[in-house]
Amino acid sequence: MREVAILGAEMTKFGIYDKTNVELFSEAGLGAIEKSNIEPDKIEALFFGNCMGDFEEGQLHMASFAHSAIGLKKSAPALRFESACATATVAIRNAALLVGAGVYDIVLAGGSERANAMGTPLATRTFAMASHALYETPLGITFPGVFGMATHMYSEKYNIPLDELKRHMAEVAVKNHFHGVNNPKAHLRKEITVEKVLSGMMVADPLQLLDCCPFSDGSAAVVIADAKTAKDLIKKPVYIAGMGQAASGPLYYQKDITRVKSREISIKKAYKEAGITPSDIDVCELHDCFTIAEIFALEGFGFYEFGKGYDAATKGETRFGGKVVVNPSGGLKSKGHPIGATGAAQVTEIAEQLREESGPRQVEGAKIGLVDTLGGDFGTVCNIILRR
Amino acid sequence: MTVELTFREYQDGLEQGKLLGLYCGECGAVTVPPQAVCSECGSRKLKIGEVEKKGIIKTFTVIRIAAEGMTPPFIIAMVETYSGAWVMGNIIDMDADSADMDLMGKEVIIDSRQVKGDVYSYGDIHSIVFKLV
Repeated sequence: MREVAILGAEMTKFGIYDKTNVELFSEAGLGAIEKSNIEPDKIEALFFGNCMGDFEEGQLHMASFAHSAIGLKKSAPALRFESACATATVAIRNAALLVGAGVYDIVLAGGSERANAMGTPLATRTFAMASHALYETPLGITFPGVFGMATHMYSEKYNIPLDELKRHMAEVAVKNHFHGVNNPKAHLRKEITVEKVLSGMMVADPLQLLDCCPFSDGSAAVVIADAKTAKDLIKKPVYIAGMGQAASGPLYYQKDITRVKSREISIKKAYKEAGITPSDIDVCELHDCFTIAEIFALEGFGFYEFGKGYDAATKGETRFGGKVVVNPSGGLKSKGHPIGATGAAQVTEIAEQLREESGPRQVEGAKIGLVDTLGGDFGTVCNIILRR
Repeated sequence: MTVELTFREYQDGLEQGKLLGLYCGECGAVTVPPQAVCSECGSRKLKIGEVEKKGIIKTFTVIRIAAEGMTPPFIIAMVETYSGAWVMGNIIDMDADSADMDLMGKEVIIDSRQVKGDVYSYGDIHSIVFKLV
């Protein structure tokens, strides 16, 4: 496999838009192309993530229209990816694999989503379609419900009283909002307090409103090329050191859902490919769709033993100045979570961090960064390790 | 290769009051609900058999913000049957607002009820329900 690099990376501000998915992707995609010092006709393929365009805008086959809207050449194929919340990371990984294999030299990957176009009841319904449609969805399961069940199981398994666990979970939300204040592209750019998290509306026991990330609209995209092409085009390519992806099926076969098996397999492969250990990671964008999800990820990476990661945010170990800065962008919680775009925004943040372009939220001296994106009810995890 | 126990046959079992599973000829695990291979070891040597309709609550949640077409609050739980297989269902014989951590480890009886499908679904189906013993 050839060495593969990230060139230009761009995201729109995340929030609520009346711009269309294709318009949002046009801004991110052309932004990434401009930052790569190329014209759209140099792109050899488009790897486009979108989960729910059919419900949001009545649009299937959106990749082809996104392709045309930014002036890609007709000989560049357009592919649509859907892996629930891990969509864009999976698109980027597959793009990088094909560049690594020498099929393409330079491609565009990313995604777009407009969940707010659906309104909360339909958005909740369509998100639940990423659970098993015959055996989970008919029960009325929602994503907060899945992570609520996982929270109760964690509390019981490790004998941590639920009230105590919830305070530590609230600290995760407080930390990510604290980080997000420094991100002008964040959807919810405001500080919150533990008390505010714990007084919020109950969404799915024991998760309250501020334990949950928002429904966001937005887009992000990155240009990917082989290392030689990248060095010829831009000053600071960021290299893909290792990647992993794994699948783990429905909840009732996973059984102990405090252990995300898909992540444990994916991250092991990524570490091995990169030739690193968990302590080599300087900065990390991980999948904090719910506060408990950040705790699971920290443990899954091997940053903490299983059952010991719950108070990392409380102890300040994942903040700026902590052991490893987790979600400097604000994470899904504050930056927002347009599911088809999220992974590309995570890659954008890590690429900027490694180029020292993150301004007030720069993690000083960051050399190795980790991207972690989870799709569905733990069914997919995709990891990408980047280095300077 | 044909699928040993189809979704439709599993559904017919529930309608007749039976919880059907697949017993693995290789590792002995029981797969519920059904699929083409053993959920534990991937073997295709599977035999249909009834599963005892009892188990222990391993976790739960109360859905308070529901998807379109659902009326909250309601309880969802994951239950480990005595066969070792886990199933998901709704706890229906208690007030959702009184659900708390005391539910963990409680024994339940497994049954089913018909749920109306919406426009995006497979259609009307039988889904699992739990009643506290």
